[in-house]
Order: sequence, then structure tokens, then C-alpha cells
Amino acid sequence: MIVEIGHIALIMALIVALVQATIPMIGAARGDGRLMAVASTAAGAQWVFIVIAFLSLMNAYVTSDFSVFNVASNSHSAKPMLYKIAGVWGNHEGSLVLWVLILATFGGAIVLFGGNLPPALRARVLSVQALIAVGFLSFSLFTSNPFERVFPAPLDGNGLNPLLQDPGLAFHPPFLYLGYVGFSVAFAFAIAALIEGRVDAAWARWVRPWTLIAWSFLTIGIALGSWWAYYELGWGGWWYWDPVENASFMPWLAGTALLHSAIVCEKRDALKAWTVLLAIVAFSLSLLGTFLVRSGVLTSVHAFATDPARGVFILGFLIFVVGGSLTLFAVRAPLLKAGGLFAPVSREGGIVLNNLLFSAAAATVLLGTLYPLFIDALGAGKVSVGPPYFNTVFIPLMAPLIVLAGIAPMLAWKRADLTGVIARIKIVAAVTVLVLLWSVYRAWGNAVFGAFGIGLSAWLASSVLFDWAVRIRLFRVSALDSLQRAIRIPRAAYGMSLAHFGVALLVAGVTASSAWRTEAIQVMRQGETISVAGFEFLFHGVVRAEGPNYTADRGHFTVTRAGGLVAELWPENRFYPVQQQPTTEAAIHTTWLSDLYVVVGDPDGQGGWSTRVYYNPLVPWIWLGAMVMALGGAVSLSDRRHRVGAPNRRRRRLMAGEPAAEVAR
Amino acid sequence: MTRKKRRLYTLIGAMVLLSAATALVIGAFRDNLVFFFSPTEVAEKGIEVGQRIRMGGLVEEDSVIRDADGLTVHFRLTDLSHTIMVTYRGILPSLFREGQGVIVQGQLDAPTHFIADEIMAKHDENYMPPEVAEALKKSGQWKGGNE
Repeated sequence: MIVEIGHIALIMALIVALVQATIPMIGAARGDGRLMAVASTAAGAQWVFIVIAFLSLMNAYVTSDFSVFNVASNSHSAKPMLYKIAGVWGNHEGSLVLWVLILATFGGAIVLFGGNLPPALRARVLSVQALIAVGFLSFSLFTSNPFERVFPAPLDGNGLNPLLQDPGLAFHPPFLYLGYVGFSVAFAFAIAALIEGRVDAAWARWVRPWTLIAWSFLTIGIALGSWWAYYELGWGGWWYWDPVENASFMPWLAGTALLHSAIVCEKRDALKAWTVLLAIVAFSLSLLGTFLVRSGVLTSVHAFATDPARGVFILGFLIFVVGGSLTLFAVRAPLLKAGGLFAPVSREGGIVLNNLLFSAAAATVLLGTLYPLFIDALGAGKVSVGPPYFNTVFIPLMAPLIVLAGIAPMLAWKRADLTGVIARIKIVAAVTVLVLLWSVYRAWGNAVFGAFGIGLSAWLASSVLFDWAVRIRLFRVSALDSLQRAIRIPRAAYGMSLAHFGVALLVAGVTASSAWRTEAIQVMRQGETISVAGFEFLFHGVVRAEGPNYTADRGHFTVTRAGGLVAELWPENRFYPVQQQPTTEAAIHTTWLSDLYVVVGDPDGQGGWSTRVYYNPLVPWIWLGAMVMALGGAVSLSDRRHRVGAPNRRRRRLMAGEPAAEVAR
Repeated sequence: MTRKKRRLYTLIGAMVLLSAATALVIGAFRDNLVFFFSPTEVAEKGIEVGQRIRMGGLVEEDSVIRDADGLTVHFRLTDLSHTIMVTYRGILPSLFREGQGVIVQGQLDAPTHFIADEIMAKHDENYMPPEVAEALKKSGQWKGGNE
């Protein structure tokens, strides 16, 4: 019964979304306030209906109602509760319901926080959002109904793919979707602005926080996915340039560019058309990512759907959204008047260069991801584009970006004095050179690449700290005075510093773990010891262990260094009888400066086991860096100026004839 | 700085970047594209020794041999009409099994002997990589349904 209620609620949501997509749009065109007001009511109703649908599906999972086809194929009564709940979005149909739930939640948030938006703009934004919802709701209802019944109901379900039964992965999809779908808000604002033919600082002020939210969530989502790959796939790597990883990385690159260009749009009234275009591109890449991952054109753990009808539907929707919005852009963008002028050497100039580099990076990733599909479609053979391609292309594009991120925040808006800035950052340059020399000295073999990366990281990190020290006049005025200055720095500036510092951590982690990791593969017998990177790994053998829904061969290692105990490690090889599928569980000991990573393989039949031991220096900094970046986004979001009502106050002040006290910095 | 001049600078910057990126992409493509072949194609087309390729097929039953070091594995990869010997050193993916469809990446060191540095066995036991399924269809040995 509850299942049918969920199904009906989903159908109702589609009907409401159809209304929301049309009536307010007509209202905005005619200037009819009553029609425009429909948008808010409809957005609320749509949200309520989708929540009902989502909760009924979750209820079916929690109570293991195997008369529902979706539950029967993806759940199992013996599964731990966390994975019953996470199982809701651990499959194609359910993940679509999560997608529309998040979309409707963002719609509701626009209603809730958009009280001071001009009514026409708000009506149009909500309408565009609803149009996207119509696409995804019909996709769900017509090709991938999560509430389909099966008769007779099976006694038990097929269970969730064991690779996905993991806490990190339970939360990976929701975060990723919050990011993907979050860009729909920026997209809706962009389309609404194109229809109105007007983009101003106030528009950018509304777009920025939404972009920040989406970007922060996407950062966390990607980091969770990469962390999962690191400890679950057992290869000691954290990024494979797999097409499904690229699918989430491309919107991130475009979104990061958008985040920066929106600042110029807000502060300097420039780069308007470009910002609008980036908003369209970021969301289009999110849709493309969904298409690539969900349509089955790529084979991976994500490819649930192999039904060709689904692929055709998403492809059609993708063409409609991308084609439609780009056509609208081509027609309307010339109406957007260019604003403030700036010299090439200026904060704006730096951000333009940032945008060019990010766009180029996104384009090269897109090319490498789609090329095999094109070649296959043309019948010219099957190729794969592997990590070497992406590394050769991506690193040369990212390196100048990091150099730039060290300088650009110190440049003044409009016209800056580059030589002055360079003269000022002597300390930063000195730190960089020292660290560079130190890392060259530390690691002769791989010195060139490794030292270069560590140097870049040191450059960015020290420039962030230096910039902050200059702002609070550290050691030039009294400590108390400095503290007061530190408190007065806007949160948005702290957000930027944190995010850039996170990038520095990430770069250090990426570099060190690629250049200086140590790997040992061997067959070990009980009582044998192997030495890796100064650590002694004593192997105690393998025992059989029982988990809630699996059995495992559990190895045991004692790690010591110079006689002192470092860690006990228990890597496992699990076997899930329901799916007849094995998984590898690496055992990891982290010191925050490095990871010791141990995997047990197969027995050799003579009492020995193949084992793999990695020493991964600085690898935890990759995820630490990503978290610091997302934290930077959150801190920036808490800035007073992003809060509700800020644009209003400012407008009132301007109308009262007072000079704007707030100086753009 | 006039508007025109600014636009010109941006344009020049974008052009320089675009050409640099294109050069990078072309260079990287030339060196790093890996083509996929079935054992039949490898046997008949005469793939150059030393060229990096991917090859997909079934691990032949009773063909897996482990060396005394416990780490080096030899097996025969087949599309049921041709067979190539594969050697790999390292830990096999947990889904690697005889009779299972796998993809190997590496190079030939003799016309019928392949040195793999990576073995991909995908995520569930009934799953057949589409490339492997197609290789089997091409060799006329496909036993599954039509998709």
C-alpha cells in the first residue's frame, strides 16, 4: 500500500512540475503577479510529493518488501541496516528518486531563501528548475519505475553489489548529487537571466552562494569516491582517470571556473556572458556525467542501466537541455552589456587566466573521455585512453594554475602593479626555493617531478599564509592589533585562503604519493618479515572469519619500526555468498604523514600467501586537502554578504543617497 | 586600456592556451592511445611486438599455471577460435577465475605470447566485458543470447 502511495506521489510530483514549468513562465512574460506566485506554491508541493515518494521507497527497503522489483533485485534481508538505507540509491531507479528529491529540495530552498529576488526572476528560475524536474521525473516514471511490483514475490533479494557495501560509498552518491544538482540552480539563474536579457551584480550575488554550495558538496563527493577507490579496490591508487571519475570531475572543473568568474561578475560587473556560459556548461557537464554513468555506454560499477531505452531518453534530454540553452545563449548573450574595464595584469586578469586554464583542462578531460566512444561509434576499432594521456595533458595545465593562485589574490582589482607584488613576495619565493632544494635532496631518484610538485605546493601554501600575515600586519603592529585585524577580515576572504590552502595540501599529497611511494609484492609464509620504507611487516598468517553477510580470509600483520610497535593490520579477502562475489579489503594504518597499506591476495597452495605492501607518503593529505577546500566553501558561504537580505540593505542604502560604505575588495 | 585592446589580449591569451592544449592533447594521444584486439585479431592481423594493446577474452579452463615464486601467473586467453599465452606478475584481481572474461593490458613479446602488466576482471561474476562478448561474437563462438 505504502509503495502505491509512493508511486502516486511521484506521478503527482510530475504533474505539479509540469504546472510549475509553464504557468509562472507565462506569468513572468505577461507581468502577471498571480501566475508568477504559482511557482512558490508548486515548488513546495513538488517537494512534499517527492519526499513522500522517497520515504515510501526507503520504507520498502528498510522492511525488505521483496514484492517490489527494485528492492528484490538490490537488497537482501541479511544486509546491515546502513546498507539497506544506502541501498535506496545504490541502484539506477532509486538513485533517480534521490536525484529528483535533491532537485526539489534546491527548488524549495530558492523559495525559502529567495524572498528578496525580483518576482519575475524568481518565477523564471523556479520554472526552469521545474523543467529539469519534468525531464527527470518522466525518465524515472516511464523508463525506470522504482515502485514496480513483482509477482510472485521472491523469498529473498539479490543483495547489493558487495563493492558498494561500504560506509564511504553509502554517502558518496548523495554528496555527488548535491553537487551535480546544485549546479542546476546556477543553470536556472543563467537561463532566467538570458530570457530577461539582463545580468547585473545583484544577479551574480544570488548565483554565487548556490554555486559555492554545489561546488563544496561536489568536492566532498568526489573525495569520498576517490577515498573509496583507494581502500576498497586494493591497488593502492586513488585516482584512475576512469571515465566515471572523469564524469564527476568535468563539472567540478567547470564549476570551479564558474565560482571564480562569478566573483568578477559580482564585484566588477564584467565577464557577464562568460559567467552565464559557464553556468550552462557546468550543469550540462553534470547531465553528461549522469548520461555517461547511467546509460551503460561505459562499463563500470556505476553502470546499472543496460536498457537501451534509458540511454536514448537521457541522450534526448541532454541534447534538448544543452542544445536549447546554448541556442538561447547565442541569441540573447549579445544583449548582456559588457561592464567594467580592466588591465590584463589585475585581479580580473588573473581570474580570466584561471578560467582559461580550467576550461582547457575540462575540455581535454572531455576529449579523452569521449574519444573512445566516438571511435567506437565510427566503427574504427576499440581504443582506451588511459592515465598516461590525462597525466601528460592535465599536469602542464594545472601547474601554471597553481603558480597563478599564489599571485592573483594579491593583485588589485582593475589595474595591478605586478612588479610591486613580485617584490613583495620575496619571502614566498625564498620558502619555495628552500623547500624545492630540500625535496630534491631528500629524493634523488624521482627528484625532478616530485620536487617540482612539492615546490608548487609550498609556493601556494606560503603565499596564502604570507598574504594573511600582510593583511593583519603581523609583527608590524602589536599582537592585539593584528588579532583585531584578523577578526575584521571578511569570511569570504578566509574561505578563499582555506580553499587555496586545501589545494596546496592536495598537490603535496598527489605529488608525494605518486613520486615516492614504495611497493612490495611477494609471497609470504607465517612468521616471515618484510621490510618496506624502514617499517618491518611481520606476517602471522591467515585465518577464516565470519562477517554478518560474508566470510573472509583475514590476514594479520604486526608492523614495527626500529623495534617499536607501529600497528596491527588485518587485511581481508571477503566472499559474499548471496552475490557469489569476492571483494578485497585493504588494511591501512595512517599517521597523517603517510599510509601503510597491506593487501592479502591468493594462497600459493604451499602455505604461502601473495601479499602486497605499500608505503604511501602524504596520501592522507589528498582527502584532507579536499575537505579543507570544502570547508573553505562553507566558511565563504557564511559570509555576511551572502546572507539573505544583504543585497536589499545595500539597495536601500543606495536609494537613500548614502555612499556605499562597502568597498569592493 | 580600451575595450578593443582588452578583448584582443584576452583573445590572444586564449589562442595561445588553446594551441598549447591542442599540442599537448595531440602529443599525448599519439603516445597513449591503447587499441583493443581479440585473440583472433592478434593472431591474424600481426600486431607489432612491443606495441601497447589491450586484449580481451576468456581465461581458458585448466590453463592457469603459477610459477614457484608464487607471483608469476601464466594462462591462455581465448576467444574460442584463437588462443594467446599470457604472462602476468603480481596479485590477480579477486574476480579472476578460469572461464571468466577478462581484459589484459600490456604488450606482445612474441607473436603468440603476451606480457600483461594489468588485468581487469570486472565487477561481478556473470558480467562479460562488452569487448569480450563482441570478440566472441566475431569469432562465431558466442553462446549467450542476442545481448
